[in-house]
Amino acid sequence: MLTKRIIACMDVHNGRVVKGIQFVDIVDAGDPAELAHRHARAGADEIVLLDITATHEGRGTILETVKRAAAELFVPFTVGGGVRSAEDARAVFDAGADKVSINSAAIARPELIAEIGSSFGAQAVIVAIDARRARNSSDPVAQAEVYVSGGRKPTGRRVVDWAIEAEQRGAGEILLTSMDSDGTRAGFDCELTRLVSQAVQIPVIASGGAGSAAHFAEVFLHGKADAALAASIFHFGITDSRALKAEIAAAGVSMRLPC
Amino acid sequence: MIAIIDYKAGNLTSVVKAVRFLGAQNVVVTQSPQDLLQAGKILLPGVGHFRSTELLHTLGLTAAIRQAIAAGIPFLGICVGLQWLYQGSTEAPETPGLGCFAGRCQRFPATLDGQRIKSPHVGWNSLESIRPGSRLLSGIPSGSYVYYTHSWRAPLSTDTAAQTLYAGAFTAAVERDNVMGVQFHPEKSAEVGLQVLRNFLAL
Repeated sequence: MLTKRIIACMDVHNGRVVKGIQFVDIVDAGDPAELAHRHARAGADEIVLLDITATHEGRGTILETVKRAAAELFVPFTVGGGVRSAEDARAVFDAGADKVSINSAAIARPELIAEIGSSFGAQAVIVAIDARRARNSSDPVAQAEVYVSGGRKPTGRRVVDWAIEAEQRGAGEILLTSMDSDGTRAGFDCELTRLVSQAVQIPVIASGGAGSAAHFAEVFLHGKADAALAASIFHFGITDSRALKAEIAAAGVSMRLPC
Repeated sequence: MIAIIDYKAGNLTSVVKAVRFLGAQNVVVTQSPQDLLQAGKILLPGVGHFRSTELLHTLGLTAAIRQAIAAGIPFLGICVGLQWLYQGSTEAPETPGLGCFAGRCQRFPATLDGQRIKSPHVGWNSLESIRPGSRLLSGIPSGSYVYYTHSWRAPLSTDTAAQTLYAGAFTAAVERDNVMGVQFHPEKSAEVGLQVLRNFLAL
């Protein structure tokens, strides 16, 4: 039976894993390569590395980091942040990534999805969507809006419309981050996740708000997510994936166990 | 020599890395028919479109692969590499496969029994009904999880060495004498996947 995936995400700034608490106080959580391996050993089904430096000077550093992290990593490994062209993607794949995640660059130039997919396969392209509920709308979930540039710029596009377009253009998966939930540890946005998951045929990864095993179970069972991603919950030894997965499985969700 | 065939279908880095990690010496990424005939083992990875396998024919590799297989050289196809061992795929009906195994690869249905089936099939799924005596899957118990990402699948046959359930059963691994294939990605399937590659390298 196909299991739901637990994805450990590392935000990397200047070569170190960091975690902002409510988007401020950046805390150093360690070396990306070391943490990637620790997550894989602890039972994470997949690893994501997001480069939040994403400056020109930072590119060399991140490729070196990807190479070190990928060296002995035998689970799927996704890299995002700063991938703006098929060449950027190629450099990341050559360094050892299995998939790339693209966000603002795909909104700016949607052809990028197919350009990367044609060389590396659709399965290698994740379109990341930063979403915010439309507070003043009569249907805040259906009207939820896509944001870019690290969540700073609204695009005027509906999340569901963009997810459907991304699929049509050849995305292999959608990584849906709820900006409303991100960093709160109060649970995923299950309603929005469900809406997107039912609108597309490709897998949807839920992100933003993970705080407990119950939150994961909810987003799988009610949010219809195919995978769920969390960052801070895994750092500082708060919990490891194996213990987390056992709890989620106990709630009736199929998990890769033992792992 | 371990020959890994490069036919420009996706990213070979992970496969090469895994094979080297397992201690294989003299790993060669190649497009040369001569290399295949001198190889101790041949790996055909590949993700992406079935049509990309046409390059194998263009490069003269199809004939070399037939010869190598006839000579008893262990051969492992991964993902599209497995699919190519069949007669063809509905993904590119005009592109012939090697035809080593009977049948054609089909796309997952959009629905089954009224239930919507997501495609591609992405994630960790279990190996079931592992054939006793399979050399490729030696030491791997049924129920072990492996990582998949694909939209087309190969049918079951007597050569099926393991199956996986997703909108019905499909061939997860195929094995007849020295010709083998896996639909999943052993290079991305943690310890279970490494065991598959270890078994292959030990043949």
